[in-house]
Parts: sequence; structure tokens; C-alpha cells
Amino acid sequence: MSDTKDVILEYVKNEYLEEGDDQEVTYTTPLISGGIVDSFSMVSLKLFLENKYNIKIPDDVATPEAFDSVDNIVEVLKKFNIE
Amino acid sequence: MTNLGVYEEKIKDFSWEISERELGYKQGDNINIGEYCTDRICRMGKKDKLALIWEGHGGDIKKYTFDDMRMLTNSIARFFKELGLKDGDRICLFMDKIPELYFGFLGILKMGGIAQPLFSAFGSESLLTRLEDAGTRAVMTQKRHLPKVRNIVKDLPGLEFIIVVDDDGSKPLREKEISFSMENIEKIDQFDIFPSKAETPSVLHYTSGTTGKPKGAQHVHYSLISQYITAKYVLDLKDDDIYWCTADPGWVTGTSYGIIGPWANGITQCVLDSGFKAESWYKFAEKHKVTVWYSAPTAIRALMKEGIDVVKKHDLSSLRHLCSVGEPLNAEAVIWSEEAFGRPFHDTYWQTETGSIVISNYPDMKVKPGSMGKPFPGIEATVVDLNTHLPIERTGTVGLIALKPGWPAMFRTYWNNEEIYKSKFKNGWYICGDRASIDEDGYYWFVGRDDDVINTGGHLVGPFEIESALLEHEAVAESAVVGKPDPVNMEVVKAFIALKPGFTASKDMNLNIMNFVRKRLSPLAMPQEIEFVDSLPKTRSGKIMRRVLRAKEWGEEIGDTSTLENDEG
Repeated sequence: MSDTKDVILEYVKNEYLEEGDDQEVTYTTPLISGGIVDSFSMVSLKLFLENKYNIKIPDDVATPEAFDSVDNIVEVLKKFNIE
Repeated sequence: MTNLGVYEEKIKDFSWEISERELGYKQGDNINIGEYCTDRICRMGKKDKLALIWEGHGGDIKKYTFDDMRMLTNSIARFFKELGLKDGDRICLFMDKIPELYFGFLGILKMGGIAQPLFSAFGSESLLTRLEDAGTRAVMTQKRHLPKVRNIVKDLPGLEFIIVVDDDGSKPLREKEISFSMENIEKIDQFDIFPSKAETPSVLHYTSGTTGKPKGAQHVHYSLISQYITAKYVLDLKDDDIYWCTADPGWVTGTSYGIIGPWANGITQCVLDSGFKAESWYKFAEKHKVTVWYSAPTAIRALMKEGIDVVKKHDLSSLRHLCSVGEPLNAEAVIWSEEAFGRPFHDTYWQTETGSIVISNYPDMKVKPGSMGKPFPGIEATVVDLNTHLPIERTGTVGLIALKPGWPAMFRTYWNNEEIYKSKFKNGWYICGDRASIDEDGYYWFVGRDDDVINTGGHLVGPFEIESALLEHEAVAESAVVGKPDPVNMEVVKAFIALKPGFTASKDMNLNIMNFVRKRLSPLAMPQEIEFVDSLPKTRSGKIMRRVLRAKEWGEEIGDTSTLENDEG
């Protein structure tokens, strides 16, 4: 599971932080409410997860709450038996 | 009793002089929005009243009185002057919704500068286009957005100062970069406010069009006359209100009604600098006992998705008036808000160019769910024929929304683009670019845009800008961008892309292109959907026919295709 967490964390840092932005992002950092990933960009984060894990996440599962931290996203992935 | 009273009565005797009189302004006087929103309110005996209650996403709260705001905006104005910035200089605000953004805006106006607020989610390319066009001399920003400015500074020889408001000294600043701390700056009691007149430029807001680069709608200090009275009559702001405008000052609502309108009325407003989460929004409204709430249909529909139960967990009984702006508010959202909050959202209509609300539903007027409402008193509006641009007499006929020029907040030109500005006027009417009809009771009903501009989440996005960015991607041979219907955002960006030989369409390619656009332009401009095609529909002269693609997305008739190069699409 920590591999999955780290993969997502790395992706978030690489894609949603500007180069040179030294903001600390951890497994629990609020992503949506913290303004790191906005509601429009959530679509690309969802697509990344779908591509990476070969799943289809229904829109009603991909809510701002469900995507609000790496830990939360990992909980979503568990529903798809991804550990 | 509402501030407006009975709409039908008010339109009979309204004139903008009512607003001038209330503000103590006479023609020829100095009029500086910064002064009117701060010093004047203090002189009215409200210096200890809270002007701003700010909350960050971590729960930090900062509070400022009108006197704090008066002095801090003086300090910022003096700081700019000491740098050597002068009246008429364009100073960009590129920040999240932090107090420095709000006070920086008023500080710029106090020293005679032209405030150029830009949405902090813009990528480097969007930023470059707008700073280059405006000839911006200074940018005020935060550490987290500094890399985007650094990416483009070499392309902007006229950009002399990059002011960083939260520099903690942990990393060295570079050439042109200056540290500024509002926390530590000396509060200045006296500052010689720039003696701006009615027509002195104040604000430059960039807006997207179908073709070409974004255009800077230039406003003047006299806009205050409209913004003050519309905030008073439409938002119904009263002295004891706690007002919450959810708009970002990177867009016009965030300045006209997130800064100027409420503060010129001496109203306490609160700001939540946080991403969208239904639970956090309701908690915020409950905690600060918000009474008047101005939000956007996209946010309201996102709240609807979360359901009524989460609303009922909070005591939102302080809410007394709700308004909405940015895109048409659908009837379902109005009906839902009555169920959720016990009162309807009142739709308001205006745009970057109009500077203030021009058509609206009013507190004392019956809301017809789904309607835009009626013209604001003092605004002469109609719908004109799509071709002749003459007013349409028959009710229910769709035409273009048109306004008789002359209201105080109307934009005065497009920066560096007088030609396009002039093209917006036909037969003595300003043509808004939106289609609507008027019913037998005088209510306006929105139909849609009259061009290819995409309204996503209440923000206008130009297809040309996105197509240009797409062409910079190594795999993209050609593209066409259109709006696609979306239940929450009204429209989202959809891109049709033909790849260059040697590149293959795949899910990873899809994601790669999405992220490419997001980083270059903004999350709003990122295609939410990409369809890979072998070729795009074109006219025989080679022009891509967006309307054919758009019609397919909206399930509409494609119309005349006689000029199509082929009919395969």
C-alpha cells in the first residue's frame, strides 16, 4: 500500500506543484480544499488513476471529499481491490 | 423593506445621480475607488467596524477593521510609489484570495495605478499573454506562484518589479524580485491619494474571445457609481450584513462585488481562501453567520450534488438573501435552494465588459426560476435581431442582448485594441454576445452564447487560445476546441485532435495532452475530454468548422454544410 501511496504522492507533487514550489505535501495534506488540485484538475487526477490502475472510477465516487488527500484516494482505490 | 423597494416604482424615477448623491460625488470631483472604499467609510464613523474576515484553508482567521484597511492600503500605495511606480502603470495581482490581494488592489488604485488582477491558477503562457499585452510594470505575487512568473520574466523586458508577499528568506530572491510583508509594514495614517477623475483608468480585466488573444477590458474610477448602487439594490446589502462573495478577484465579480461594491457600502465581508468542499462552505457560512451570499451556478450545482442532508447539519438561519452570477442559473437550482435554504438564489447577469450587474432578479420581485430577471434601473436593454441588430418587438423571439451605452461601469475600451472595442457596437447598442428572449412580463431568458467562446464554471475560455496551446504539443497536428454540455459547469472544454504521423492515440496520450494545456494555460482551459480524430471538418478554404463539432456535442442541427470540404466530420 505504501507503494501506491508514494506513486500517487509523487504524481501530485510532480503534476500539481510548480517547479520550485517547496510546499510540503504529505499523505494527509488537503489537496482539493487546500487549493493544490482544483475541481477542474481533478479530472486529470482521476484519469491518471484510471490509466495507472486500469480501472474506471464512477463520477459519483470521484468527489472532492474522496480526492481530498492521498490517504483518501487510497481508500477509493481499495474499493477496486488495489492495495 | 429592501433597499430597492418595488422594482416597477424604482425604474420610473431612477437616475445614476441617486448613487452620486449617496456617495457625495459631484461631476468634476475627484473620485478614487480606493479612497471611497476605505477613508470615506472611516469618516462615516465606521473605522472600528470589521471590513474583512479572512479564513485560510488551514482554519487561520485574520480580521481587519476599515481603519486597518485604510492604513494598510495607504502603506501599500506608498510602497509602490517608493519603488518608482507611477499613475497609469499597470500593476498585476497574481495571488490566491489572501488579504494582500484585496488590499493590494485598493492600494494600487490609491496611488493612481491600474490594477490588473489575474487568476492565480493561470499557467505561464496565459500569464505571459496578458502581461505582455498590458505592458505590466510590476507583479505582486506569492512564493507558490513565483515559478510561473520566473518562467516568463525573460520575455517581459518591461516587467521591472516582482513583489513577493510571503517571502520568508529561505530561498534567495532573484533580480527584479522584492520582498514585501504586509504583516510587518508600518501602517501609514496619511497618504496623498491620487486625484483621479471619473474617466481615470482603474482596472484591467482580461476576457477571452473566439479569435485572437484575450482582451483587456479597461474600466475607470467612475465605475464605482454603478458598483455601489447595484451592490446596494441587487445584493440588498445593509449595514449589519455579513456578506460572502465566493468569486476570485482574478475575475470581474471578485473585484466589482468582492471588493468595490460591498466596501463602498461599508459592509463587512468574509473571504474563504480554500478549494471547494460543500462541508467547508456550509461550516464557513455558519461560523461567520453569513447573511448575504453571492455565488455561482457551478458551485450551487456542486452543492446540490452533495444533497440536502449536509445542509441540514448546519445552522444557516442567518442567510437572508442569495444571489448568483457567471452563467444562467437553471430552474432546478432555484427550486433546490428554496428547499435547502428556504429562499431562492437570485440570478444576476452581467459580464467583464459591463463592469456591474445589468439584468437581474431583485429581492422584492417574483423570481421566475430559470429567468435572468429584468434590466437594472437606469439600464436600457433589449434584444436585437441577429442580423439587422434592430430591436425585436415580438416577445419570445430570440435575439442578441443589447444595452444602450452610458452606464457608469461600462468598459471604456479594450487595451491596445480599439478596433475590436468599436466592433461591439451596432446601431447605437452595445452587443453583449449572448442570445436571449424577453417574455410578456419583461423577464429575460438566456439562450446561449452567440460565438464559440466556452462558458465553463462561469468563466469564459477562448477556443483559439487552447487550440494554439495544443499546437505546441509535439504530437498534435491540428485541433478544434468546443464547449460540451456539462451538468455542473454548464460547459466544459472538449478538444478534437488529429495526431501527427508516428504518434498513437491512447489513454496516456490523452492525459499527457490534458496536463500540457493545464500547465500552460489553466485548469479551466484543460480539455475535460479529448476525442482523437483522423481529420477535422473544414471549409473548402481550409478553415476548421467548430460549429459542426459543437452542434454534434449539443445534439443540434448542423445547419448549412455546403461549404464543407467533406461531410465525414
